[in-house]
Amino acid sequence: MALDRELVGRSYPPSAVFEVGRGKIAEFATAIGDPSPLYRDAEAARAAGHPDVIAPPTFAIVVSLEAAMVVLDDPDVAIDYARVVHGEQRFAHHRPIRAGDRLIATTTIDAARTVAGNDLLTARVDLTTEDGEAVCTATSMLVARA
Amino acid sequence: MSAVVRLADVEVGTQLPEQRYRITRADLVRYAGASGDFNPIHWNERVATEVGLPGVIAHGMSTMALAGRAVTGWTGDPAALVEFQVRFGRPVVVPDDDAGAELTVRGTVAALLDDGRVRVDLAVGSAGEKVLSLARAVVRLA
Repeated sequence: MALDRELVGRSYPPSAVFEVGRGKIAEFATAIGDPSPLYRDAEAARAAGHPDVIAPPTFAIVVSLEAAMVVLDDPDVAIDYARVVHGEQRFAHHRPIRAGDRLIATTTIDAARTVAGNDLLTARVDLTTEDGEAVCTATSMLVARA
Repeated sequence: MSAVVRLADVEVGTQLPEQRYRITRADLVRYAGASGDFNPIHWNERVATEVGLPGVIAHGMSTMALAGRAVTGWTGDPAALVEFQVRFGRPVVVPDDDAGAELTVRGTVAALLDDGRVRVDLAVGSAGEKVLSLARAVVRLA
């Protein structure tokens, strides 16, 4: 089923707060095999000018992809999750995510089109702190294959 | 911490050190747990082949994370990476053995932008095939 172009620009209510913990950051860093002390050692992170340990650049996906699922739950978005693959990913970091952050994700449909029977849907997730500080914009292009 | 690489050290054409990363089935299980992406095509051969894949494949985001390591390892400061984008081209098939799959990441400085920002274009391959396309990072150097 073709995607309705009127979906473009639709925005969803902000997510619940995601609390970023040191343990989750260290677990993620280990999973990608990155030994940097900035992901594990608060002293090393402070020596590098950060208030606490920071997260690897792709850690944002842990928060953003779950938030983007709100789009697939929208009854007006007639795509079948079982056919969905991740086509493209983009991050714009305003500052690194760090331990202690309380993040809120707001999802917006940036693009929706159907090409050769494949539905292409671009979801932009703006991650901010509870206080409204911009942290990261994570944009995922999802492809539902015909 | 200032970046290991300084703006004055780079020009268009500067190569990043080539990196090789190994991805085993155990790494995929670890990545699934850490990221929350438990899609069975990343750990279950039966499900992967049922949906037409050649076998269990790596999470696209774990491949992107490894490409990111090649960049943050070069700058020395992960906070220097301000923009990062990839297109997932081909899947990385991870065999059920101790060796797993090998990922090769090469990077080249492609453009000097304003405000100390530098665009790095990445070539990411596995088993002789390009697995990411339009893979680009923008780093801000001092």
